[in-house]
Amino acid sequence: MSTLLRDTGIVFSRAMRMSLRNPAWLVISLMQPILYILLFGPLLEPLSGQLGPGNAYQIFVPGILVQLGMFGALFVGFGLIAEWRAGVIESQRVTPASRTALLLGRVLRDVVVLLVQGTLLVVVSIPLGLRAPVLGVVLTLVVVALLGAALAAVSYALALTLKSEDAFAPLLNAVVFPVVLLSGILLPMSLAPGWLQAISDVNPFKHVVEAAREFFVGGYGTSTAWWGVAMTLLLVVLGWAFGVRRFRRESA
Amino acid sequence: MLSRVIHARGLARTFRKRKQEVHAVVGVDLDVAEGEIVGFLGPNGAGKTTTLRMLTTLLEPTAGTATVAGCDLRVDPVGVRRRIGYVSQSGSTAPEARAGEEVVDHARLYGMSTAEAVERGQRLFGELDLDGLWERQPKAMSGGQRRRLDIAMGLIHQPGLVFLDEPTTGLDPQARANLWQHIRALREERGTTVFLTTHYLDEADALCDRILVIDHGSIVAEGTPDELKSQVGGDVLTVTVERPEQAPQVAELIGRLPGAEPAQLLGDRVVGRVPHGGRALVELVRALDAAGVVVSGIESRRPSLDDVFLGLTGRSLRESGAAGPAAPAPEVAVR
Repeated sequence: MSTLLRDTGIVFSRAMRMSLRNPAWLVISLMQPILYILLFGPLLEPLSGQLGPGNAYQIFVPGILVQLGMFGALFVGFGLIAEWRAGVIESQRVTPASRTALLLGRVLRDVVVLLVQGTLLVVVSIPLGLRAPVLGVVLTLVVVALLGAALAAVSYALALTLKSEDAFAPLLNAVVFPVVLLSGILLPMSLAPGWLQAISDVNPFKHVVEAAREFFVGGYGTSTAWWGVAMTLLLVVLGWAFGVRRFRRESA
Repeated sequence: MLSRVIHARGLARTFRKRKQEVHAVVGVDLDVAEGEIVGFLGPNGAGKTTTLRMLTTLLEPTAGTATVAGCDLRVDPVGVRRRIGYVSQSGSTAPEARAGEEVVDHARLYGMSTAEAVERGQRLFGELDLDGLWERQPKAMSGGQRRRLDIAMGLIHQPGLVFLDEPTTGLDPQARANLWQHIRALREERGTTVFLTTHYLDEADALCDRILVIDHGSIVAEGTPDELKSQVGGDVLTVTVERPEQAPQVAELIGRLPGAEPAQLLGDRVVGRVPHGGRALVELVRALDAAGVVVSGIESRRPSLDDVFLGLTGRSLRESGAAGPAAPAPEVAVR
Protein backbone atom coordinates (compact mmCIF):
# COMPACT_ATOMS: atom_id res chain seq x y z
CA MET A 1 0.00 0.00 0.00
CA SER A 2 2.77 2.41 0.89
CA THR A 3 4.45 1.74 -2.46
CA LEU A 4 1.12 2.42 -4.18
CA LEU A 5 0.95 5.84 -2.50
CA ARG A 6 4.60 6.59 -3.08
CA ASP A 7 4.50 5.55 -6.73
CA THR A 8 1.29 7.51 -7.21
CA GLY A 9 3.02 10.57 -5.80
CA ILE A 10 5.95 10.17 -8.19
CA VAL A 11 3.71 9.72 -11.22
CA PHE A 12 1.51 12.63 -10.10
CA SER A 13 4.36 15.07 -9.58
CA ARG A 14 5.92 14.14 -12.90
CA ALA A 15 2.61 14.63 -14.72
CA MET A 16 1.90 17.90 -12.91
CA ARG A 17 5.35 19.26 -13.63
CA MET A 18 5.02 18.45 -17.33
CA SER A 19 1.61 20.14 -17.48
CA LEU A 20 2.74 23.28 -15.68
CA ARG A 21 5.73 23.59 -17.92
CA ASN A 22 3.53 23.86 -21.00
CA PRO A 23 2.42 27.51 -21.05
CA ALA A 24 0.03 27.12 -24.00
CA TRP A 25 -1.79 24.32 -22.22
CA LEU A 26 -1.94 26.37 -19.03
CA VAL A 27 -3.48 29.43 -20.71
CA ILE A 28 -5.97 27.44 -22.77
CA SER A 29 -7.14 25.28 -19.92
CA LEU A 30 -7.73 28.31 -17.70
CA MET A 31 -9.31 30.45 -20.42
CA GLN A 32 -11.84 27.84 -21.49
CA PRO A 33 -14.13 27.97 -18.46
CA ILE A 34 -13.93 31.76 -18.37
CA LEU A 35 -14.93 32.02 -22.02
CA TYR A 36 -17.95 29.82 -21.39
CA ILE A 37 -19.15 32.07 -18.63
CA LEU A 38 -18.43 35.33 -20.44
CA LEU A 39 -19.67 34.39 -23.89
CA PHE A 40 -22.57 32.05 -23.15
CA GLY A 41 -23.84 33.12 -19.73
CA PRO A 42 -25.34 36.45 -20.87
CA LEU A 43 -27.50 34.61 -23.42
CA LEU A 44 -29.32 32.85 -20.62
CA GLU A 45 -30.00 35.89 -18.44
CA PRO A 46 -33.21 36.95 -20.24
CA LEU A 47 -34.46 33.34 -20.17
CA SER A 48 -33.92 32.81 -16.47
CA GLY A 49 -37.64 33.05 -15.66
CA GLN A 50 -38.42 29.97 -17.74
CA LEU A 51 -35.48 27.95 -16.51
CA GLY A 52 -36.63 27.18 -13.01
CA PRO A 53 -35.72 28.36 -9.54
CA GLY A 54 -32.75 30.66 -9.00
CA ASN A 55 -31.09 33.07 -11.37
CA ALA A 56 -29.57 32.20 -14.74
CA TYR A 57 -26.09 31.58 -13.32
CA GLN A 58 -27.41 29.26 -10.64
CA ILE A 59 -28.64 27.04 -13.46
CA PHE A 60 -25.88 27.62 -15.93
CA VAL A 61 -22.73 27.38 -13.75
CA PRO A 62 -23.41 23.91 -12.30
CA GLY A 63 -24.06 22.61 -15.82
CA ILE A 64 -20.82 24.08 -17.10
CA LEU A 65 -18.95 22.63 -14.13
CA VAL A 66 -20.21 19.15 -14.97
CA GLN A 67 -19.36 19.70 -18.62
CA LEU A 68 -15.88 20.77 -17.58
CA GLY A 69 -15.55 17.53 -15.64
CA MET A 70 -16.66 15.52 -18.67
CA PHE A 71 -14.67 17.23 -21.40
CA GLY A 72 -11.58 17.91 -19.33
CA ALA A 73 -11.36 14.30 -18.26
CA LEU A 74 -12.44 12.46 -21.40
CA PHE A 75 -9.76 14.06 -23.54
CA VAL A 76 -6.79 13.30 -21.27
CA GLY A 77 -6.20 10.08 -23.17
CA PHE A 78 -4.62 12.02 -26.03
CA GLY A 79 -1.71 12.89 -23.77
CA LEU A 80 -1.32 9.25 -22.85
CA ILE A 81 -1.12 8.19 -26.49
CA ALA A 82 1.73 10.65 -26.99
CA GLU A 83 3.46 9.28 -23.89
CA TRP A 84 2.95 5.74 -25.08
CA ARG A 85 4.46 6.58 -28.44
CA ALA A 86 7.52 8.11 -26.77
CA GLY A 87 8.00 4.84 -24.85
CA VAL A 88 7.27 6.42 -21.46
CA ILE A 89 4.45 4.04 -20.56
CA GLU A 90 6.49 0.97 -21.35
CA SER A 91 9.54 2.24 -19.52
CA GLN A 92 7.37 2.84 -16.44
CA ARG A 93 5.87 -0.62 -16.79
CA VAL A 94 9.22 -2.38 -16.54
CA THR A 95 9.81 -0.76 -13.16
CA PRO A 96 8.44 -2.45 -10.05
CA ALA A 97 5.96 0.43 -9.67
CA SER A 98 2.35 -0.49 -9.03
CA ARG A 99 0.32 -0.55 -12.26
CA THR A 100 -2.54 1.14 -10.46
CA ALA A 101 -0.20 3.96 -9.42
CA LEU A 102 0.67 4.64 -13.06
CA LEU A 103 -3.04 5.34 -13.63
CA LEU A 104 -3.83 6.94 -10.27
CA GLY A 105 -0.97 9.46 -10.43
CA ARG A 106 -2.11 10.73 -13.80
CA VAL A 107 -5.79 10.87 -12.83
CA LEU A 108 -4.90 12.82 -9.69
CA ARG A 109 -3.17 15.43 -11.83
CA ASP A 110 -6.31 15.72 -13.96
CA VAL A 111 -8.51 16.09 -10.89
CA VAL A 112 -6.32 18.87 -9.49
CA VAL A 113 -6.50 20.66 -12.83
CA LEU A 114 -10.30 20.28 -12.87
CA LEU A 115 -10.67 21.66 -9.39
CA VAL A 116 -8.56 24.71 -10.21
CA GLN A 117 -10.54 25.33 -13.39
CA GLY A 118 -13.85 24.78 -11.60
CA THR A 119 -12.98 27.13 -8.76
CA LEU A 120 -11.88 29.78 -11.22
CA LEU A 121 -15.13 29.38 -13.13
CA VAL A 122 -17.18 29.92 -9.99
CA VAL A 123 -15.12 32.94 -8.92
CA VAL A 124 -15.48 34.58 -12.34
CA SER A 125 -19.25 34.04 -12.25
CA ILE A 126 -19.75 35.88 -8.99
CA PRO A 127 -19.35 39.42 -10.37
CA LEU A 128 -21.68 38.45 -13.24
CA GLY A 129 -24.47 37.63 -10.84
CA LEU A 130 -23.95 34.12 -9.48
CA ARG A 131 -25.38 33.70 -5.99
CA ALA A 132 -25.13 30.26 -4.47
CA PRO A 133 -24.47 28.71 -1.02
CA VAL A 134 -20.79 27.90 -0.40
CA LEU A 135 -21.65 24.36 0.71
CA GLY A 136 -23.56 23.77 -2.51
CA VAL A 137 -20.61 24.96 -4.59
CA VAL A 138 -18.18 22.79 -2.64
CA LEU A 139 -20.41 19.71 -2.97
CA THR A 140 -20.68 20.33 -6.71
CA LEU A 141 -16.92 20.58 -7.04
CA VAL A 142 -16.57 17.28 -5.17
CA VAL A 143 -19.02 15.67 -7.57
CA VAL A 144 -17.15 17.15 -10.55
CA ALA A 145 -13.84 15.85 -9.18
CA LEU A 146 -15.27 12.35 -8.75
CA LEU A 147 -16.82 12.44 -12.21
CA GLY A 148 -13.53 13.66 -13.65
CA ALA A 149 -11.61 10.86 -11.91
CA ALA A 150 -13.98 8.26 -13.33
CA LEU A 151 -13.90 9.61 -16.88
CA ALA A 152 -10.14 10.23 -16.88
CA ALA A 153 -9.61 6.59 -15.92
CA VAL A 154 -11.89 5.54 -18.78
CA SER A 155 -10.12 7.87 -21.19
CA TYR A 156 -6.67 6.53 -20.27
CA ALA A 157 -7.86 2.95 -20.53
CA LEU A 158 -9.39 3.57 -23.96
CA ALA A 159 -6.28 5.40 -25.12
CA LEU A 160 -4.10 2.52 -23.98
CA THR A 161 -6.34 0.10 -25.87
CA LEU A 162 -6.54 2.07 -29.11
CA LYS A 163 -3.04 3.62 -29.07
CA SER A 164 -3.96 5.91 -31.95
CA GLU A 165 -5.33 9.44 -32.00
CA ASP A 166 -7.06 8.67 -35.27
CA ALA A 167 -9.15 6.00 -33.63
CA PHE A 168 -9.58 7.74 -30.29
CA ALA A 169 -10.92 11.10 -31.57
CA PRO A 170 -13.92 9.76 -33.52
CA LEU A 171 -14.82 7.43 -30.67
CA LEU A 172 -14.88 10.34 -28.21
CA ASN A 173 -16.91 12.52 -30.53
CA ALA A 174 -19.41 9.77 -31.16
CA VAL A 175 -19.98 9.33 -27.44
CA VAL A 176 -19.58 12.85 -26.08
CA PHE A 177 -22.00 14.73 -28.31
CA PRO A 178 -25.18 12.76 -27.69
CA VAL A 179 -24.31 12.48 -24.01
CA VAL A 180 -23.86 16.26 -23.67
CA LEU A 181 -26.97 17.10 -25.67
CA LEU A 182 -29.05 14.70 -23.57
CA SER A 183 -27.66 15.87 -20.26
CA GLY A 184 -29.34 19.25 -20.04
CA ILE A 185 -26.03 20.95 -19.48
CA LEU A 186 -26.70 23.92 -21.71
CA LEU A 187 -30.45 24.16 -21.07
CA PRO A 188 -32.41 22.15 -18.50
CA MET A 189 -34.16 19.06 -19.84
CA SER A 190 -37.35 20.31 -18.20
CA LEU A 191 -37.76 22.51 -21.30
CA ALA A 192 -37.74 19.44 -23.54
CA PRO A 193 -40.78 17.61 -24.95
CA GLY A 194 -41.75 14.40 -23.20
CA TRP A 195 -40.07 11.94 -25.55
CA LEU A 196 -36.75 13.78 -25.31
CA GLN A 197 -36.97 13.87 -21.53
CA ALA A 198 -37.61 10.15 -21.51
CA ILE A 199 -34.46 9.50 -23.50
CA SER A 200 -32.42 11.81 -21.33
CA ASP A 201 -33.60 9.99 -18.21
CA VAL A 202 -31.35 7.04 -19.04
CA ASN A 203 -28.34 9.32 -19.35
CA PRO A 204 -26.54 9.23 -16.00
CA PHE A 205 -24.90 12.59 -16.70
CA LYS A 206 -28.29 14.28 -16.78
CA HIS A 207 -28.85 13.20 -13.18
CA VAL A 208 -25.43 14.48 -12.21
CA VAL A 209 -26.23 17.85 -13.76
CA GLU A 210 -29.58 18.02 -11.96
CA ALA A 211 -27.95 17.19 -8.65
CA ALA A 212 -25.40 19.97 -9.17
CA ARG A 213 -28.26 22.41 -9.85
CA GLU A 214 -29.98 21.29 -6.66
CA PHE A 215 -26.78 21.91 -4.71
CA PHE A 216 -26.55 25.42 -6.16
CA VAL A 217 -29.98 26.34 -4.82
CA GLY A 218 -29.32 24.69 -1.46
CA GLY A 219 -31.37 21.53 -2.03
CA TYR A 220 -29.04 19.05 -0.32
CA GLY A 221 -31.52 16.51 0.94
CA THR A 222 -33.69 16.15 -2.14
CA SER A 223 -33.99 12.89 -3.98
CA THR A 224 -32.75 14.60 -7.15
CA ALA A 225 -29.53 15.52 -5.34
CA TRP A 226 -28.87 12.04 -3.97
CA TRP A 227 -29.85 10.34 -7.20
CA GLY A 228 -27.16 12.40 -8.95
CA VAL A 229 -24.58 11.60 -6.29
CA ALA A 230 -25.44 7.91 -6.57
CA MET A 231 -24.98 8.08 -10.34
CA THR A 232 -21.61 9.76 -9.88
CA LEU A 233 -20.46 7.07 -7.49
CA LEU A 234 -21.65 4.38 -9.87
CA LEU A 235 -19.65 5.99 -12.67
CA VAL A 236 -16.61 6.14 -10.39
CA VAL A 237 -16.85 2.45 -9.59
CA LEU A 238 -17.38 1.42 -13.21
CA GLY A 239 -14.77 3.81 -14.61
CA TRP A 240 -12.15 2.70 -12.14
CA ALA A 241 -12.85 -0.97 -12.52
CA PHE A 242 -12.36 -0.55 -16.26
CA GLY A 243 -9.28 1.66 -15.96
CA VAL A 244 -7.45 -0.40 -13.38
CA ARG A 245 -8.20 -3.61 -15.22
CA ARG A 246 -6.79 -2.19 -18.41
CA PHE A 247 -3.63 -0.89 -16.73
CA ARG A 248 -3.00 -4.21 -15.01
CA ARG A 249 -3.35 -6.16 -18.20
CA GLU A 250 0.02 -7.16 -19.50
CA SER A 251 -0.28 -6.25 -23.15
CA ALA A 252 -1.34 -2.67 -22.44
CA MET B 1 30.03 -22.67 -15.47
CA LEU B 2 28.78 -19.32 -14.35
CA SER B 3 25.29 -19.14 -13.01
CA ARG B 4 22.47 -18.69 -15.46
CA VAL B 5 20.68 -15.37 -15.41
CA ILE B 6 18.10 -16.36 -17.99
CA HIS B 7 16.69 -19.85 -18.20
CA ALA B 8 13.66 -20.26 -20.42
CA ARG B 9 11.88 -23.40 -21.58
CA GLY B 10 9.13 -23.61 -24.14
CA LEU B 11 8.31 -19.93 -23.91
CA ALA B 12 5.43 -19.24 -26.29
CA ARG B 13 3.03 -16.47 -27.06
CA THR B 14 -0.13 -16.61 -29.11
CA PHE B 15 -2.07 -13.49 -30.03
CA ARG B 16 -5.66 -13.37 -31.09
CA LYS B 17 -6.26 -11.13 -34.02
CA ARG B 18 -9.75 -11.01 -35.48
CA LYS B 19 -10.57 -14.50 -34.27
CA GLN B 20 -7.39 -15.83 -35.83
CA GLU B 21 -4.68 -17.31 -33.67
CA VAL B 22 -1.29 -15.84 -34.40
CA HIS B 23 1.66 -17.74 -33.01
CA ALA B 24 4.29 -15.03 -32.60
CA VAL B 25 6.60 -17.23 -30.55
CA VAL B 26 6.08 -20.98 -30.64
CA GLY B 27 8.47 -22.32 -28.01
CA VAL B 28 11.76 -20.73 -27.16
CA ASP B 29 14.40 -22.45 -25.02
CA LEU B 30 17.27 -20.24 -24.03
CA ASP B 31 19.97 -19.93 -21.43
CA VAL B 32 22.16 -16.94 -20.76
CA ALA B 33 25.10 -17.10 -18.37
CA GLU B 34 26.19 -14.30 -16.10
CA GLY B 35 28.44 -11.77 -17.81
CA GLU B 36 27.60 -12.85 -21.34
CA ILE B 37 26.70 -10.56 -24.20
CA VAL B 38 24.11 -12.50 -26.16
CA GLY B 39 22.70 -11.40 -29.48
CA PHE B 40 19.17 -12.34 -30.44
CA LEU B 41 19.08 -12.25 -34.19
CA GLY B 42 16.23 -12.49 -36.61
CA PRO B 43 14.36 -10.66 -39.34
CA ASN B 44 11.48 -8.33 -38.53
CA GLY B 45 8.51 -10.34 -37.37
CA ALA B 46 10.54 -13.39 -36.37
CA GLY B 47 9.50 -13.09 -32.73
CA LYS B 48 12.47 -11.19 -31.30
CA THR B 49 10.57 -8.38 -29.67
CA THR B 50 7.77 -10.67 -28.47
CA THR B 51 10.31 -12.90 -26.74
CA LEU B 52 12.04 -9.89 -25.24
CA ARG B 53 8.75 -8.48 -23.99
CA MET B 54 7.98 -11.80 -22.32
CA LEU B 55 11.38 -11.95 -20.64
CA THR B 56 10.95 -8.38 -19.37
CA THR B 57 7.46 -9.08 -17.92
CA LEU B 58 5.70 -6.79 -20.40
CA LEU B 59 3.87 -9.71 -21.98
CA GLU B 60 2.65 -12.81 -20.26
CA PRO B 61 3.68 -16.04 -22.00
CA THR B 62 0.82 -18.24 -23.10
CA ALA B 63 3.01 -21.28 -22.42
CA GLY B 64 6.38 -22.17 -21.01
CA THR B 65 8.45 -21.17 -18.01
CA ALA B 66 11.34 -18.84 -17.42
CA THR B 67 13.57 -17.68 -14.63
CA VAL B 68 15.04 -14.25 -15.17
CA ALA B 69 17.66 -12.81 -12.81
CA GLY B 70 16.76 -15.45 -10.24
CA CYS B 71 13.01 -14.80 -10.21
CA ASP B 72 10.26 -16.81 -11.81
CA LEU B 73 8.62 -14.83 -14.57
CA ARG B 74 5.10 -15.89 -13.68
CA VAL B 75 5.32 -16.09 -9.90
CA ASP B 76 7.39 -12.99 -9.20
CA PRO B 77 7.28 -10.53 -12.09
CA VAL B 78 7.93 -7.63 -9.71
CA GLY B 79 11.14 -9.34 -8.55
CA VAL B 80 12.22 -9.65 -12.17
CA ARG B 81 11.45 -5.96 -12.78
CA ARG B 82 13.56 -4.93 -9.82
CA ARG B 83 16.60 -6.80 -11.14
CA ILE B 84 16.56 -6.10 -14.86
CA GLY B 85 17.01 -3.07 -17.04
CA TYR B 86 15.14 -2.72 -20.31
CA VAL B 87 16.00 -0.32 -23.10
CA SER B 88 13.18 -0.43 -25.61
CA GLN B 89 13.26 0.46 -29.26
CA SER B 90 10.67 3.18 -28.87
CA GLY B 91 12.56 5.29 -26.31
CA SER B 92 11.71 5.95 -22.69
CA THR B 93 11.44 9.69 -22.11
CA ALA B 94 8.92 12.40 -22.96
CA PRO B 95 10.30 14.73 -25.65
CA GLU B 96 9.42 17.87 -23.64
CA ALA B 97 10.69 16.66 -20.27
CA ARG B 98 14.17 17.41 -18.96
CA ALA B 99 16.57 14.52 -19.28
CA GLY B 100 17.72 14.60 -15.66
CA GLU B 101 14.20 14.77 -14.27
CA GLU B 102 13.13 11.76 -16.31
CA VAL B 103 16.07 9.76 -14.99
CA VAL B 104 15.38 10.80 -11.39
CA ASP B 105 11.65 10.03 -11.57
CA HIS B 106 12.46 6.68 -13.16
CA ALA B 107 14.94 5.88 -10.39
CA ARG B 108 12.38 6.81 -7.74
CA LEU B 109 9.97 4.25 -9.17
CA TYR B 110 12.63 1.70 -8.19
CA GLY B 111 12.45 2.99 -4.64
CA MET B 112 15.52 5.23 -4.66
CA SER B 113 15.58 8.53 -2.83
CA THR B 114 15.84 11.69 -4.91
CA ALA B 115 19.35 12.45 -3.66
CA GLU B 116 20.58 8.97 -4.50
CA ALA B 117 18.89 9.13 -7.89
CA VAL B 118 20.51 12.45 -8.76
CA GLU B 119 23.93 11.21 -7.70
CA ARG B 120 23.71 7.98 -9.68
CA GLY B 121 22.08 9.66 -12.64
CA GLN B 122 24.79 12.28 -12.94
CA ARG B 123 27.50 9.65 -12.67
CA LEU B 124 25.81 7.65 -15.45
CA PHE B 125 25.54 10.77 -17.61
CA GLY B 126 29.30 11.14 -17.24
CA GLU B 127 29.96 7.51 -18.16
CA LEU B 128 27.67 7.65 -21.17
CA ASP B 129 29.12 10.90 -22.55
CA LEU B 130 26.03 12.88 -21.70
CA ASP B 131 27.85 15.52 -19.66
CA GLY B 132 26.04 18.84 -19.63
CA LEU B 133 22.78 17.39 -20.94
CA TRP B 134 21.05 16.99 -17.58
CA GLU B 135 18.71 19.92 -18.24
CA ARG B 136 18.33 19.24 -21.96
CA GLN B 137 14.99 18.18 -23.40
CA PRO B 138 15.17 14.81 -25.19
CA LYS B 139 13.61 16.39 -28.29
CA ALA B 140 16.68 18.65 -28.52
CA MET B 141 19.13 15.73 -28.40
CA SER B 142 20.71 13.82 -31.26
CA GLY B 143 19.60 10.27 -31.96
CA GLY B 144 22.73 8.86 -30.39
CA GLN B 145 22.38 11.01 -27.28
CA ARG B 146 18.76 10.00 -26.90
CA ARG B 147 19.67 6.34 -27.15
CA ARG B 148 22.33 6.79 -24.49
CA LEU B 149 19.77 8.58 -22.34
CA ASP B 150 17.51 5.54 -22.75
CA ILE B 151 20.41 3.36 -21.64
CA ALA B 152 20.97 5.60 -18.62
CA MET B 153 17.27 5.14 -17.77
CA GLY B 154 17.69 1.37 -18.07
CA LEU B 155 20.80 1.29 -15.88
CA ILE B 156 19.80 3.74 -13.16
CA HIS B 157 18.97 1.00 -10.64
CA GLN B 158 22.20 -0.89 -11.40
CA PRO B 159 20.61 -4.06 -12.78
CA GLY B 160 22.77 -7.13 -13.28
CA LEU B 161 20.97 -7.97 -16.52
CA VAL B 162 20.12 -5.51 -19.27
CA PHE B 163 17.87 -6.06 -22.27
CA LEU B 164 18.55 -3.86 -25.27
CA ASP B 165 15.97 -3.95 -28.05
CA GLU B 166 17.54 -2.98 -31.38
CA PRO B 167 19.90 -0.55 -29.65
CA THR B 168 21.47 0.96 -32.76
CA THR B 169 18.58 0.99 -35.22
CA GLY B 170 18.37 4.38 -36.88
CA LEU B 171 21.77 5.61 -35.73
CA ASP B 172 24.50 6.80 -38.05
CA PRO B 173 27.65 4.64 -38.31
CA GLN B 174 29.67 6.80 -35.95
CA ALA B 175 26.99 6.79 -33.27
CA ARG B 176 26.64 3.02 -33.68
CA ALA B 177 30.34 2.40 -33.15
CA ASN B 178 30.24 4.69 -30.13
CA LEU B 179 27.26 2.83 -28.67
CA TRP B 180 28.98 -0.52 -29.17
CA GLN B 181 31.81 0.72 -26.98
CA HIS B 182 29.36 1.67 -24.28
CA ILE B 183 27.66 -1.72 -24.51
CA ARG B 184 31.00 -3.49 -24.18
CA ALA B 185 31.83 -1.31 -21.20
CA LEU B 186 28.66 -2.50 -19.47
CA ARG B 187 30.17 -5.94 -19.21
CA GLU B 188 33.79 -4.93 -18.74
CA GLU B 189 33.24 -2.29 -16.09
CA ARG B 190 30.11 -3.47 -14.35
CA GLY B 191 29.95 -7.18 -15.08
CA THR B 192 26.48 -6.66 -16.49
CA THR B 193 24.93 -9.40 -18.57
CA VAL B 194 23.60 -8.02 -21.85
CA PHE B 195 20.86 -9.54 -23.95
CA LEU B 196 20.32 -7.59 -27.13
CA THR B 197 18.18 -8.01 -30.20
CA THR B 198 19.39 -6.85 -33.55
CA HIS B 199 18.92 -7.46 -37.20
CA TYR B 200 22.37 -6.14 -38.01
CA LEU B 201 24.76 -9.01 -38.54
CA ASP B 202 27.86 -6.88 -38.19
CA GLU B 203 26.56 -5.76 -34.83
CA ALA B 204 26.04 -9.32 -33.64
CA ASP B 205 29.44 -10.30 -35.02
CA ALA B 206 31.29 -7.40 -33.40
CA LEU B 207 29.55 -7.34 -30.06
CA CYS B 208 28.24 -10.71 -29.02
CA ASP B 209 29.86 -13.71 -27.37
CA ARG B 210 27.00 -15.84 -28.48
CA ILE B 211 24.19 -15.54 -30.97
CA LEU B 212 20.72 -17.01 -30.96
CA VAL B 213 18.95 -17.01 -34.29
CA ILE B 214 15.16 -16.88 -34.21
CA ASP B 215 12.86 -17.36 -37.15
CA HIS B 216 9.12 -17.99 -37.34
CA GLY B 217 8.91 -17.87 -33.58
CA SER B 218 11.49 -20.45 -32.60
CA ILE B 219 15.24 -20.61 -32.22
CA VAL B 220 16.84 -22.15 -35.27
CA ALA B 221 20.52 -21.92 -34.35
CA GLU B 222 22.83 -20.83 -31.60
CA GLY B 223 26.56 -20.52 -31.06
CA THR B 224 29.46 -18.12 -31.23
CA PRO B 225 29.70 -16.10 -34.44
CA ASP B 226 32.60 -18.35 -35.57
CA GLU B 227 30.75 -21.55 -34.81
CA LEU B 228 27.78 -20.38 -36.78
CA LYS B 229 29.92 -19.38 -39.73
CA SER B 230 31.73 -22.71 -39.78
CA GLN B 231 28.34 -24.44 -39.97
CA VAL B 232 27.87 -23.00 -43.41
CA GLY B 233 30.83 -24.96 -44.74
CA GLY B 234 32.70 -24.06 -47.90
CA ASP B 235 32.58 -20.79 -49.75
CA VAL B 236 29.73 -18.70 -51.01
CA LEU B 237 29.27 -18.10 -54.71
CA THR B 238 27.06 -15.21 -55.72
CA VAL B 239 26.07 -14.55 -59.32
CA THR B 240 24.10 -11.48 -60.30
CA VAL B 241 22.35 -11.80 -63.64
CA GLU B 242 21.33 -9.04 -66.03
CA ARG B 243 18.07 -10.77 -66.90
CA PRO B 244 16.26 -12.30 -63.93
CA GLU B 245 14.64 -14.95 -66.11
CA GLN B 246 18.06 -16.51 -66.50
CA ALA B 247 18.49 -16.94 -62.75
CA PRO B 248 17.03 -20.49 -62.59
CA GLN B 249 19.46 -21.54 -65.29
CA VAL B 250 22.35 -20.16 -63.25
CA ALA B 251 21.11 -22.01 -60.19
CA GLU B 252 21.13 -25.21 -62.18
CA LEU B 253 24.70 -24.60 -63.37
CA ILE B 254 25.87 -23.93 -59.81
CA GLY B 255 24.17 -27.13 -58.70
CA ARG B 256 26.25 -29.11 -61.19
CA LEU B 257 29.54 -27.93 -59.65
CA PRO B 258 31.35 -30.66 -57.68
CA GLY B 259 30.16 -30.80 -54.07
CA ALA B 260 27.70 -27.92 -54.49
CA GLU B 261 24.49 -27.63 -52.52
CA PRO B 262 21.27 -26.49 -54.22
CA ALA B 263 21.52 -22.76 -54.96
CA GLN B 264 18.99 -20.17 -53.82
CA LEU B 265 17.31 -17.52 -55.94
CA LEU B 266 17.10 -14.01 -54.50
CA GLY B 267 15.67 -11.84 -57.26
CA ASP B 268 18.45 -11.21 -59.72
CA ARG B 269 20.99 -12.92 -57.46
CA VAL B 270 21.76 -16.59 -57.23
CA VAL B 271 23.60 -17.78 -54.13
CA GLY B 272 25.22 -21.17 -53.85
CA ARG B 273 27.73 -22.92 -51.64
CA VAL B 274 30.68 -24.97 -52.84
CA PRO B 275 33.64 -26.59 -51.06
CA HIS B 276 36.35 -24.68 -53.00
CA GLY B 277 35.26 -21.26 -54.16
CA GLY B 278 38.27 -20.41 -56.34
CA ARG B 279 38.24 -23.58 -58.40
CA ALA B 280 34.48 -23.57 -58.73
CA LEU B 281 34.48 -20.00 -59.92
CA VAL B 282 36.57 -20.75 -62.96
CA GLU B 283 34.37 -23.68 -63.91
CA LEU B 284 31.24 -21.67 -63.38
CA VAL B 285 32.46 -18.81 -65.56
CA ARG B 286 33.11 -21.25 -68.39
CA ALA B 287 29.71 -22.86 -67.98
CA LEU B 288 27.92 -19.53 -67.85
CA ASP B 289 29.73 -18.36 -70.97
CA ALA B 290 28.85 -21.54 -72.83
CA ALA B 291 25.19 -21.20 -71.81
CA GLY B 292 25.09 -17.58 -72.97
CA VAL B 293 24.00 -16.15 -69.59
CA VAL B 294 24.51 -12.41 -69.25
CA VAL B 295 26.18 -11.84 -65.89
CA SER B 296 26.59 -8.46 -64.23
CA GLY B 297 28.55 -9.71 -61.24
CA ILE B 298 30.13 -12.83 -59.85
CA GLU B 299 32.05 -13.45 -56.65
CA SER B 300 33.31 -16.12 -54.29
CA ARG B 301 33.84 -15.32 -50.62
CA ARG B 302 34.12 -16.75 -47.14
CA PRO B 303 30.74 -17.17 -45.42
CA SER B 304 29.32 -14.34 -43.30
CA LEU B 305 26.60 -14.43 -40.68
CA ASP B 306 24.20 -13.41 -43.40
CA ASP B 307 24.96 -16.67 -45.18
CA VAL B 308 24.35 -18.51 -41.95
CA PHE B 309 21.03 -16.84 -41.78
CA LEU B 310 20.22 -17.51 -45.38
CA GLY B 311 21.10 -21.15 -44.95
CA LEU B 312 18.92 -21.44 -41.86
CA THR B 313 15.89 -19.50 -42.93
CA GLY B 314 16.03 -19.23 -46.70
CA ARG B 315 15.87 -15.48 -46.26
CA SER B 316 18.59 -12.89 -46.32
CA LEU B 317 18.62 -10.90 -43.14
CA ARG B 318 19.99 -7.94 -45.00
CA GLU B 319 16.95 -7.83 -47.22
CA SER B 320 14.37 -8.24 -44.54
CA GLY B 321 16.02 -5.63 -42.35
CA ALA B 322 14.32 -2.35 -41.59
CA ALA B 323 17.06 -0.44 -43.37
CA GLY B 324 16.30 -1.74 -46.82
CA PRO B 325 13.31 -1.00 -49.03
CA ALA B 326 12.93 -4.69 -49.75
CA ALA B 327 9.74 -6.72 -49.68
CA PRO B 328 8.08 -6.41 -46.28
CA ALA B 329 8.56 -9.39 -44.01
CA PRO B 330 5.35 -10.77 -42.50
CA GLU B 331 4.67 -9.12 -39.17
CA VAL B 332 4.15 -12.44 -37.46
CA ALA B 333 4.31 -16.00 -38.58
CA VAL B 334 0.86 -17.49 -39.01
CA ARG B 335 0.55 -21.18 -38.58
